[in-house]
Amino acid sequence: MVAAVEVTNVSKSFGDVEVLVNASLVVEAGTTLGLIGPSGAGKSTLLRCINHLETIDSGIIKVHGKLVGYRREGDRLFELGHGEIARRRADIGMVFQLFNLFPHMTAIENVMAGPVYVRGMDKGEARAVAMEHLRTVALENRADFYPSELSGGQQQRVGIARALAMDPKVMLLDEPTSSLDPELVGEVLDTMTELSGRGITMLVVTHEIGFARSSCDAVAIMVDGGIIEHGPPGEVLVNPKEERSRAFLRRVIA
Amino acid sequence: MSTAEARDAGPPVVTEPRRYGRWASAAGVLLLFYLIARPIYLNPLIDHSVIGEYLFHPVILGGVWVTLTIATSAMVLATVLGVTLGLMATSSNPVLTVINRAYIAFFRAVPLLVQILIWGNLSLLFRRIALSIPFTSITLFDLDTNDVMTTFVAGALGLGLHQAAYISEIVRAGLTSVDRGQRDAALSMGMQRRQVTFRVVLPQAMRVIVPPAGNEFISLLKASSLVFVIAGGDLLTKAQNIAATNLRVIELLTVASIWYLGMVAIATAGQRLIERRFSRGYRRDRTSTSRIRMTVRKVLAW
Repeated sequence: MVAAVEVTNVSKSFGDVEVLVNASLVVEAGTTLGLIGPSGAGKSTLLRCINHLETIDSGIIKVHGKLVGYRREGDRLFELGHGEIARRRADIGMVFQLFNLFPHMTAIENVMAGPVYVRGMDKGEARAVAMEHLRTVALENRADFYPSELSGGQQQRVGIARALAMDPKVMLLDEPTSSLDPELVGEVLDTMTELSGRGITMLVVTHEIGFARSSCDAVAIMVDGGIIEHGPPGEVLVNPKEERSRAFLRRVIA
Repeated sequence: MSTAEARDAGPPVVTEPRRYGRWASAAGVLLLFYLIARPIYLNPLIDHSVIGEYLFHPVILGGVWVTLTIATSAMVLATVLGVTLGLMATSSNPVLTVINRAYIAFFRAVPLLVQILIWGNLSLLFRRIALSIPFTSITLFDLDTNDVMTTFVAGALGLGLHQAAYISEIVRAGLTSVDRGQRDAALSMGMQRRQVTFRVVLPQAMRVIVPPAGNEFISLLKASSLVFVIAGGDLLTKAQNIAATNLRVIELLTVASIWYLGMVAIATAGQRLIERRFSRGYRRDRTSTSRIRMTVRKVLAW
């Protein structure tokens, strides 16, 4: 198995607050990992560190064997230049809790933005590719709608299509259903399940235990800035080793 | 089935209320306007034929041209410099933010009239303007200050540099109004920082920037009349020159006012067009102007 994402002993503080404490995690290529845990455990921060939207204080984060925001000289890491970081980020897709679609662009323009501006693809070709991805998320008939004209679930599916359009090696999904109305959660989870079935590598921070159980190949539990549990959903969610894991699962499953 | 029956059978229909208060206040405003305009128009001390005679006089038209070119040059300078300074203000580089604060502190504090006078009188401070490469004897150019600093250049510089300080604050406000998530999303797909700014952040900031910036540019258009103090050759200078010879002061000020009114009206229309362009993707409510237009149309039909 190839590690798509390899997080090794990563620590990070915001001022005096330690958010990540020696966190380590591996996501195998072609699998979906569900990252769960109580609020404030550092799940979103870990995700943002993986594509270097946040810097880290120590540790190693590799995506397909390559450091993202740093270059290593012995036991020291030096931050790369902005241009190089941008190039490395292009292979890592991200989906946000609040969608973060570009409001001044239509759905299809949002999906085209990456291929056109980052990959330098010609607009006609990018439009065709974007349409294909909108079809994947079942929104080809909303291509020319602005985000403000779409429902939350539709916006999030455009967000997923936008990330897919870069043909990423890894997709990071940061609580993709947390700001949706309950009746819209299903359509987004269905899309994610389909992507998971296609063998797209995904790291999903989620509160949907049902999704983690049925659609993830592995589940990890994060508490107080560290990963305390990692394994197949059948083990982690049913027979967790740590008491802190059991306490968390009792609260969310009860 | 007649329409009356259909209406009887159907659910109740909402009808616009009759707003008598609005009609009464509109009539009151029109009456007040008449009471003010009448004594001005009928005043025997104003010779209306002089206004007509000078409205399209070549000298006045020349002044209009100078006003337009000075104002436009100043706007271009203010926009380029203002956007640059605004981006500096939101930069993480402390040197750039300090430059921004210092620029604004100076150019916003010194009155515009004083700044125009300083630029107009620059030759009192520097006789020549030259650029040479330091520690060598190579001189790139060496010019008499009075040849470079024409009243046109002095006026455009004074207005533009002053305006840039205000525009930069407006740009800064616009940039900070864009949600941080937009930057995250753009960065996460691998955009370079320049693209993040110009493709994602700035287009959204424009929606917030354009209304106040348009306001600033309209006041700049009028403030260009201040170059009168350095004999700038603009509309007001020309009008005043003519008035100095024929003593028709109010008539020529009226001529100038009519031109300023016209230029501002066109600038306002342009501002509306630009605003519409940058509000793509945002829901628009019916604007007050369209409501006025609808009411006027209703009255005319009646």
